Amino acid sequence: MSDNEPVIELRNVDKSFGPIDVLHEISLKVRAGEVLCLLGDNGAGKSTLIKTLAGVYQPTSGDIVMDGEKTTLKGPRDAQSRGIATVHQFGGTYPLMSIGRNFFMGMEPTKGIGPFKVFDRKKANRIAVEEVQKMGITRITNGDRLVGGLSGGERQSLAIARAVYFGARVLILDEPTAALGVKQAAHVLRIVNLAKRRGLAVIFITHQVMHAMAVGDHFAVLIRGAIAADFRKGEKTREEIADLMAGGESMADLEANIDTYMETHDGHPPQPVT
Amino acid sequence: MTDTTTTGGSGASPDPAPTSTSFSLGSLMRSPAAGAFMGFALVFVAFALFGYERNFLSISGVSTWVNFASSVGMIAIPVGFLMIAGELDISVGAVLPASSMTVAIASGYYELPIMVGILAALSVGALIGWVNGMIVTRTQVPSFIVTLATLFAVAGLTLSLSILFINTTQTSLNAPEWAKSLFGGRALGGFRSSVFWWLGMIGVFVYFLHYSPWGNWVFALGGDQESARNAGIPTRRLKIGLFMLCSTSTAFAGVLQTIQFNSATSQANFGMIFNTIIAVVVGGALLTGGFGTVMGIVFGALTLGVVQQGIGYTEIDRNLSFLIIGVMLLVAVLMNETFRKLATNWSTSKKK
Ligand SMILES: Nc1ncnc2c1ncn2[C@@H]1O[C@H](COP(=O)(O)OP(=O)(O)O)[C@@H](O)[C@H]1O
Ligand SMILES: [Mg+2]
Repeated sequence: MSDNEPVIELRNVDKSFGPIDVLHEISLKVRAGEVLCLLGDNGAGKSTLIKTLAGVYQPTSGDIVMDGEKTTLKGPRDAQSRGIATVHQFGGTYPLMSIGRNFFMGMEPTKGIGPFKVFDRKKANRIAVEEVQKMGITRITNGDRLVGGLSGGERQSLAIARAVYFGARVLILDEPTAALGVKQAAHVLRIVNLAKRRGLAVIFITHQVMHAMAVGDHFAVLIRGAIAADFRKGEKTREEIADLMAGGESMADLEANIDTYMETHDGHPPQPVT
Repeated sequence: MTDTTTTGGSGASPDPAPTSTSFSLGSLMRSPAAGAFMGFALVFVAFALFGYERNFLSISGVSTWVNFASSVGMIAIPVGFLMIAGELDISVGAVLPASSMTVAIASGYYELPIMVGILAALSVGALIGWVNGMIVTRTQVPSFIVTLATLFAVAGLTLSLSILFINTTQTSLNAPEWAKSLFGGRALGGFRSSVFWWLGMIGVFVYFLHYSPWGNWVFALGGDQESARNAGIPTRRLKIGLFMLCSTSTAFAGVLQTIQFNSATSQANFGMIFNTIIAVVVGGALLTGGFGTVMGIVFGALTLGVVQQGIGYTEIDRNLSFLIIGVMLLVAVLMNETFRKLATNWSTSKKK
């Protein structure tokens, strides 16, 4: 926790797709050297939220603030060039392409003069292999190998290695441990901790309480597109967090939350998603 | 090649994948275009044996099928780009006559300068590609259906506009001498200009797909469009661009043919649809997208040229050419599918 200013902040962000409102009035802050765990049931809007942070979607209203300044993320590459790197929930790798080409997708290193830019295969392969090996996948030694030949866990590690490499400021991981075995999941958690110690702001989405407890400094619970709870490490017990992650709390808590929501939102309750 | 059979354990498997960029037979064999090359070599050798007495290997024999391959190939490569990107374009069968008639009407009937006619024809091609691309990217309709619709729409439009403008469905064009030698001449004992244009285009296409960063994006589009969009690749613009490239290349092929043969017809060329798709598939591109090579498609077009045109210079019954193509296509699809399975199968990452 190097300083107090959040690296990235959402202020009253709404996101709707045509008539479908997915996110309501989301306000969140992530500081350098801090892990924000985003919790919530399936369909709560977690992926939509991080896609907004990754530049894939533009907020319908509200602001994204980086280092205290309002920012428009024009697209994923714009976000990436500002040091925001994301591992999305699904896909992220291309099975019939080489490891080197996968790693640098959209951010290809080139060499050559003028308009005749050539994809720098050697450089891409070298960096990709180095970074993937740092993730503990020492089996990968040749960047020309097709990604289709890797296991699910190895592919996920490749996607994470890529984000760690490009994410200079903010690292966003959307359910990165879902497809992984116990050992590899532990490794991902170690990477999250490492990134945090290096001073990155990390946003981590998971469904596993143990994983959230292991790395989270700060927790936000999303219910039907609105922030229903926002608390710091130690403020709630494991059981309470587990309840929250199961999508709802005990009924009493839920009602209490709606009350607080209404207090902070001019008296209207969280709108149901159609 | 050794086979990696077990998971892990073996640790670092020394795999001397194509690290040298220098061109050698060895690197060709290991390249993804190897299948298409071997298929071509097999067909070529067989036809050369049966055609030894019938001038298959003479200049006129070779130029016949190479000429054919060039006009199919310059369309097939961008059709292949679209297939790699997960799309299909069958409107080429109508773009060909549309561009032919455009240049012939503009520079033949109305006697405008030939360059004006050529630019008009290429613009017609670009416009059709843009329409295809816009419809495909703005709707959820599969590109097969979209381009089937534009195939018929453009074919009908070409016929009726021809009647409207010149009151006939075919016309002649006598290009000036310089244009004739540049676009429709013959050299080296029978090779048409289109062969040399094709060679140049192959160079540009190889650079685009395999060496430029954009090539990466084309593969990503067919590999996983959602991930490509998440990675910030301008998926829509890229797709529209590919459709435009395809139609414009087709229009260029139409221009070359018109200048070569001094005439244009408005009849849709349905054969070209099949020929381009056969060349692409025999060339090793995956129908499901995400994989293919320019050189593979080049060999696919050459193979098709040998079987369709070269057959006339052999003792093989001409009627067998369709049968051979059919068998070839099936074998190619099976091989491509096997490749895909091997490549996406954990523990057998080695591709043949
Ligand atoms: N592009 C979209 N268009 C319309 N609705 C969408 C879109 N993306 C997500 N949604 C809807 O938004 C809601 C939240 O989805 P998502 O963010 O994926 O949830 P989570 O990641 O928390 O499971 C879902 O109801 C989903 O159907
Ligand atoms: Mg999600």
